[in-house]
Amino acid sequence: MMLFLYVAAVGLYALSFLCYARILYAPQVALGRLASVLLCLGIIVQYLELLARAKAANSIPYDDLYGSMSLFAWLLGVTYLGLELFHRERSVGAFVTLGLVVWMVVLRFFATPALPNPELPRGSLFAFHVTLNTWSYAAFALSFILSVIYLIQDRMLRSRRMATPSWRFPALDVLDRMARSSVYIGLIALALGVAMGLDYAWHETGARVLYDPKVVVTAFILVAYVVYLRVSRISSWRGPRAALLCAFNFALVLFSYTFVNLYLTKFHHFY
Amino acid sequence: MAAITETDRPGAIRVRIALIGCNHVTAPVELRERIAFTPEQALAAADELRRQGILEEAVVLSTCNRSELYGVPGEASMAAPEAMQDFFLSFHGLSSRELDGRFYRWMGTDAVRHLFRVSAGLDSMLLGEAEILGQLKTTYNQALDHGATGPILNRMFQGALEVGKRVRAETEVGARPMSVALAGVKLAERVFGSLKGRSALCLGAGAVSDQVVEHLRSRGIGNLKIVNRTFDRAAELAGRAGGEVAPWEALESVLTAPDILVASVSAREPVLTRAMLERVLEARNGKPVFVVDLGVPRNVAPDAAGLYNLYLYNIDDLGEIVEQNKKAREAEIPRAESLIEEHVARFETWRMALEASSIVDDLRERFHSQREALLEEKLKDMPEVSPDERKRIAHITEELIERVLEQPGARSRQGGVMRGRLGALEALRHLFGLDEGKH
Repeated sequence: MMLFLYVAAVGLYALSFLCYARILYAPQVALGRLASVLLCLGIIVQYLELLARAKAANSIPYDDLYGSMSLFAWLLGVTYLGLELFHRERSVGAFVTLGLVVWMVVLRFFATPALPNPELPRGSLFAFHVTLNTWSYAAFALSFILSVIYLIQDRMLRSRRMATPSWRFPALDVLDRMARSSVYIGLIALALGVAMGLDYAWHETGARVLYDPKVVVTAFILVAYVVYLRVSRISSWRGPRAALLCAFNFALVLFSYTFVNLYLTKFHHFY
Repeated sequence: MAAITETDRPGAIRVRIALIGCNHVTAPVELRERIAFTPEQALAAADELRRQGILEEAVVLSTCNRSELYGVPGEASMAAPEAMQDFFLSFHGLSSRELDGRFYRWMGTDAVRHLFRVSAGLDSMLLGEAEILGQLKTTYNQALDHGATGPILNRMFQGALEVGKRVRAETEVGARPMSVALAGVKLAERVFGSLKGRSALCLGAGAVSDQVVEHLRSRGIGNLKIVNRTFDRAAELAGRAGGEVAPWEALESVLTAPDILVASVSAREPVLTRAMLERVLEARNGKPVFVVDLGVPRNVAPDAAGLYNLYLYNIDDLGEIVEQNKKAREAEIPRAESLIEEHVARFETWRMALEASSIVDDLRERFHSQREALLEEKLKDMPEVSPDERKRIAHITEELIERVLEQPGARSRQGGVMRGRLGALEALRHLFGLDEGKH
């Protein structure tokens, strides 16, 4: 059943990608709507997969690498769809859905989809902590994608060579606003997630994790994105420089998600 | 089926379509303006063509680049295009010598293909231009409301409108800007998105400025100011575009915070220096400024190009983009042609189905008349056959004919199967399935 749901979700994301890619070259309102509907269906089916996984494991569905990465992809899709509806802009969809398809397929090959075997029940506070933090990473990933597109579009505009898709990309102003919206979502989710994580660690395990490398790096990430939001309003930074900073900040997120989790922390080591 | 006429070949019924016209390729503007039809004249001409029996359905398409008569000839005569041409000349009071060699004529599928290419913008002076589709729609709707069209032209023009929309939606033929003015405005949209509520300052009130202002206005620009050395010309342009006007001396004061700057004035030295644009950016708190420099010599100091968040395009930059777009549009022609062929084939399928079903109807009528004659002839010498038995025989023979015609009747409704088979003996053999089951 879980395999079927996984395949169905990937299939829907792939179909959604085809529609988004098509409207990038030849815009059609109906096809754009279909792309959004397919993405929405993919998100629903992937949610059902996560739910089935949670029921089967009798635990949160992301207590392992496969689960958390799957949740990351799901939240990326949810965040993008929300931004698409809010900003009424579909031309980024092709990049996001392509990313989702590749991510989901690669995940299947490199992370074991076997059910996790949690050592102890951790409660809803922990579940919210993980969900919110993963959501923040997904939102930051989306802001990274938007910033990269911004930089490409900016470069094309300055070089005066406009390839076909660049006439269909969102305007710089829209990309900028979408990236900032995404960072706002990420910051709020991360702040809440960290607070819940600290509370859980303090009350449930009694551990003092404030100086744990994961917490320190996460604090750096929070500061880095707050700085981005601040400087993106300053005249000498607004525009391409802010987009570059946003893209660079995501390197910190990747560093936290990979190197810190693997080698520096005891509390987030789930590989 | 008033629009269907019989040819000299027995059993074959043809849907005939004829087109004559002149366009920007075959006739210069001095001639085109003499053969143009106003909307009222177009409807009057369509009426007259039908009244004289030259056409049974007629649409007159007249734009600045073409004047064309589309119609369904009422008779089998191959002279319909000549009659249409004579009418065309007499309507405009021209002699045949004046338009000698200027007309093109297409019949049947070629006429359909021509109309579809026109609607797709492939036959336009500016490849892929969008205006022609609107003009075609207006012309057709007026003819339809006037009762000048019938089943054939309705189908043909509806197909043309559909193909025109598809070509623009599914190919790049009409996607990219093809004029310097439009390219500038479209590029501004790449920076700001919607221009609604944005502000623009236009330096100069010449022809190119006029075009840029028109494009800005059509996109709902929020605030438009025009500054020109000749105040009256600026006022005139501002009046037309619904903008504000400021004297040239007030340039520094109005250069406060526009999103878009369009410079198109005649000046030996740049009128917008780097320092001035730095002040604009500062006033805007670093928000991007889009500058279109259409002046020759340039109106914007070249060293301003390096300013952060300033997007500066001069006439050569825009010209190069237009050239790139032109090539991109041309590269899309094969895809557009392929869509056109798809729709031409659809129309042909429909046409063939119409023709084939007519043949079957004719055959049915002939078979029944022969059946009745045969029964009358044979039963005359059979007095022993009772009236009830005669009725049964009549019923059985009727049913026999219907069974024989069942297959060709069904096939005739599948126009795709019939395509290219009519008009030859093989078509009839195929209709009746004569070769099936013999081997």
